[in-house]
Amino acid sequence: MAHLLRTTFLPSSASLRRNPRGNAYTSIHIPGNRVRPCPVQVQAKIREIFMPALSSTMTEGKIVSWVKSEGDQLSKGESVVVVESDKADMDVETFYDGYLAAIMVDEGGVAAVGSAIALLAETEEEIVEAKSKATSSSAAPPAAAASSSSASTGGAEKPQPEKFAEAPIAAAPPKSVVAASAVHPASAGHPASEGGKRAVASPYAKKLAKELKVELHTVVGSGPMGRIVAKDVEAAAASSDSAAKQPGPAMAATPAGIQFGSVVPFTTMQGAVSRNMVESLAVPTFRVGYTITTDALDALYKKIKSKGVTMTALLAKATALALVKHPVVNASCRDGNSFTYNGSINIAVAVAMDGGLITPVLQDADKVDIYSLSRKWKELVDKARAKQLQPQEYNTGTFTLSNLGMFGVDRFDAILPPGTGAIMAVGASQPSVVATKDGQIGMKNQMQVNVTADHRIIYGADLASFLQTMAKIIEDPKDLTF
Amino acid sequence: MQSSSPPLPLSQAAATIVPRSNHTFHSLPLAPSKPINLRFCGLRREAFGFSHSPCFTHNQQQHRVHPRAARSSTNKIYASLGANGSPPKSFDYDLIIIGAGVGGHGAAMHAVEKGLKTAIIEGDVIGGTCVNRGCVPSKALLAVSGRMRELQTEHHMKALGLQVAAAGYNRQGVADHANNLATRIRNNLTNSLKAVGADILTGVATILGPQKVKYGKDNIVTAKDIIIATGSVPFVPKGIEVDGKTVITSDHALKLEFVPDWMAIVGSGYIGLEFSDVYTALGSEVTFIEALDQLMPGFDPEIGKLAQRVLINPRKIDYYTGVFASKITPAKDGKPVTIELIDAKTKEHKNTLEVDAALIATGRAPFTNGLGLENINVVTQRGFVPVDERMRVIDTDGNLVPHLYCIGDANGKMMLAHAASAQGISVVEQVTGRDHVLNHLGVPAACFTHPEISMVGLTEPQAREKAELEGFEVSIAKISFKANTKALAENEGEGLAKLIYRPDNGEILGVHIIGLHAADLIHEASNAIALGTRIQDIKFAVHAHPTLSEVLDELYKLAKVIGHVPSPVSEAVAV
Repeated sequence: MAHLLRTTFLPSSASLRRNPRGNAYTSIHIPGNRVRPCPVQVQAKIREIFMPALSSTMTEGKIVSWVKSEGDQLSKGESVVVVESDKADMDVETFYDGYLAAIMVDEGGVAAVGSAIALLAETEEEIVEAKSKATSSSAAPPAAAASSSSASTGGAEKPQPEKFAEAPIAAAPPKSVVAASAVHPASAGHPASEGGKRAVASPYAKKLAKELKVELHTVVGSGPMGRIVAKDVEAAAASSDSAAKQPGPAMAATPAGIQFGSVVPFTTMQGAVSRNMVESLAVPTFRVGYTITTDALDALYKKIKSKGVTMTALLAKATALALVKHPVVNASCRDGNSFTYNGSINIAVAVAMDGGLITPVLQDADKVDIYSLSRKWKELVDKARAKQLQPQEYNTGTFTLSNLGMFGVDRFDAILPPGTGAIMAVGASQPSVVATKDGQIGMKNQMQVNVTADHRIIYGADLASFLQTMAKIIEDPKDLTF
Repeated sequence: MQSSSPPLPLSQAAATIVPRSNHTFHSLPLAPSKPINLRFCGLRREAFGFSHSPCFTHNQQQHRVHPRAARSSTNKIYASLGANGSPPKSFDYDLIIIGAGVGGHGAAMHAVEKGLKTAIIEGDVIGGTCVNRGCVPSKALLAVSGRMRELQTEHHMKALGLQVAAAGYNRQGVADHANNLATRIRNNLTNSLKAVGADILTGVATILGPQKVKYGKDNIVTAKDIIIATGSVPFVPKGIEVDGKTVITSDHALKLEFVPDWMAIVGSGYIGLEFSDVYTALGSEVTFIEALDQLMPGFDPEIGKLAQRVLINPRKIDYYTGVFASKITPAKDGKPVTIELIDAKTKEHKNTLEVDAALIATGRAPFTNGLGLENINVVTQRGFVPVDERMRVIDTDGNLVPHLYCIGDANGKMMLAHAASAQGISVVEQVTGRDHVLNHLGVPAACFTHPEISMVGLTEPQAREKAELEGFEVSIAKISFKANTKALAENEGEGLAKLIYRPDNGEILGVHIIGLHAADLIHEASNAIALGTRIQDIKFAVHAHPTLSEVLDELYKLAKVIGHVPSPVSEAVAV
């Protein structure tokens, strides 16, 4: 989208909007404050953008929006960031060329005047270096890593000539760099002249792709004529590395006790659950149950339990192996018109949390061996408890398991999470009296599973045969350990 | 201090209540010879020379008392034109207005008030573009989109402490609201004409000769003076096939027959911008196609920059600038609408878009065909009727055509409904014996997006150009809506007001506002410009607190006028 921002607007450096009420009509001539980079700092090829002092009373500023994204090339006079002070919003401009290497204070964040809010690299190669610098220095916000002078956060009115970015400027390396346009993601350019290969994406999809850092040509469009629409980008982002905020790491803490007679609003996570549950009503689901004998599985579990293998991992593994043979059960229906066959089998397992529920995902459960899978599961549960799950660790599931067996529940039925094709509710495995084929009565451990599926794509026979495969795997679990 | 001065006749024009127009004309292909037209609404410099002196000898009261005298004083017959025989000796009407849009209506109402026997000829429906296919129904849609947008922004609601469940809309209900509003306003206009006693003649009108008009099949009427007010129609560049369903103009878009997932809007002026506001609020995604190098070319650059940040970037909108839509084919046989884009300068093919619908908002073309202008030796310029600053029609030889005037979109001076009405009133003033020239720089314009944008006078680049030419200084004062209590109370602090003025004498050159209710705020500034009020005087006027109008109050107070102590009476206001 970088090209979108390359407008011919005048670089109005005096775009400060003053508030005369509080400001006693003092006009601040920001342009006059521009200080050229000190020659002393020649070694600094990676430089900082500081929170400028927009008024004499300003001690901290809020980042309204980053006009540029990390990796964008900047040229003289371009706006980089919009800063809100106690009185005004204004553009912070660069008047040198370079690359915006790292953003240290995100949109909505507040930084003290004089503290670094971003790093600028002279060349593309230095972006990585700058990023590592950003992470190391972000712990101490006002610290000036590249500058020798330490920032005085409160002293806004005090001139700081040794800083090269005091007013609405973003200091950038004085040398301009060639090798430019490579940084622009494919989505930003005109995709013409590639014949049928160009990506047709809706405006919002393009915006989202830029935001979520998704390469558009890697996305399969589900819109009219194969157009990429917003949800395709969201899905792609979910299965890659970054996604929108959802329940998880940032969830609010549950209130300590329950006050009877009070109305307690949902936490973020509970709100998300509520929305998902209501959304699920739009999906026509049906259920198929199956009783599976678990004697062999229990025996296996006893044998390898000492190696750290958990029952959850075993069930996930068994499910994944069954899904390999029934890809349609691992598919999803996103638009009501098509099957989306997922490339990997990611088993989400529902875990109860304080005041909520989260579904850590065992990715590629069919490929990962049972020992690694078990270790991964432990790690995910620990992270979930510490509320440190990353989005891709809880929202990339293609099939969901929900197990209430530990409570002694023998059967229940689960609601299908939107965006997936099926969910399996697993009951407790318990000794049952059964008639065996040889005409005898015996005792076997049995558990009941109940799968809820989206009937737009998964039919009764699909589920039935999937469950049959599943039962076979569990009843003869040698494949689970490879 | 303003109230102590006598009301200037011009204030009638400024205070006439007319439905507002969002329509302007800024299309590149139509106005290559007048670059100044591209900047803003076809403002022309010659309109600037507004003379005050004749105004003070008459006022409205005098005209009311002596309407007959005013008529008889100008009741001369021009017999010198021999092209179509001599004009009739006695006339059916004092004034005939061709076209019952907002311009024609404003002229008719004023003419009747002045005691003229008036007829208005309409070939279609009363109300013209503004009421039926323009400003009025679009305001109904924008009212809906504004509320939708508000209800959809969860964080905004949360900041006010409100909880709203998912907002939805009924397309037909929205469309009906727009249609009902148009019907209602149309009836109001019709009734007001009937009530004052203006004759409404139905049929398409053709000018047969001087002071003679044919309408309908073969009804011929004569009038002492004739005003052409035929307005305009959406301009569709060649290569674009409008089918009214998937490739549409504003006429169709206002009916809201469907809400496409993805709509391309060709042209990012007022019309395009307003429709982007409507359709994105209703769930469409929008792609702008703009021939010029930047979006919203008509706006002051600084306002445009903020408008882009507020109205474009956060919404589901992307855009292509510096490109023409050389060919647009409607959706057919399951194929989407295809749009061929070529570079505006090199004409090279740049891209092909496949969208669900395309809205052509490339401006408006005058509707002057079939008017019979050839009968009186007048040739249109790209469809526009050539006129002088008094709206008098100019013929092929450069001479004025007696008793023939043209107002509104048909003359292209300033394609706004209220400008047409003001021009009409100006013409009626002239034919009733008082010389009058409308100062177009005092005519405000507004774009009803959320937030709104409004402006009057010159943009900053225009003011600087003029200053360079005439050798004066230009100063700028700016203020954010964040500094306004009422705006903050509404949680709508996003906005900017900008005052362009002369520091040497305090003259207001232009005011530009983007922010909450900007369209309603501009009138204080436009009235000041129209009346010649200077900053050093108006800054002492009191504004109620807390109101949005304090934005302008602050602006005036921020302005620094040098060398002029505030005087109770500036030279512009004679007592």
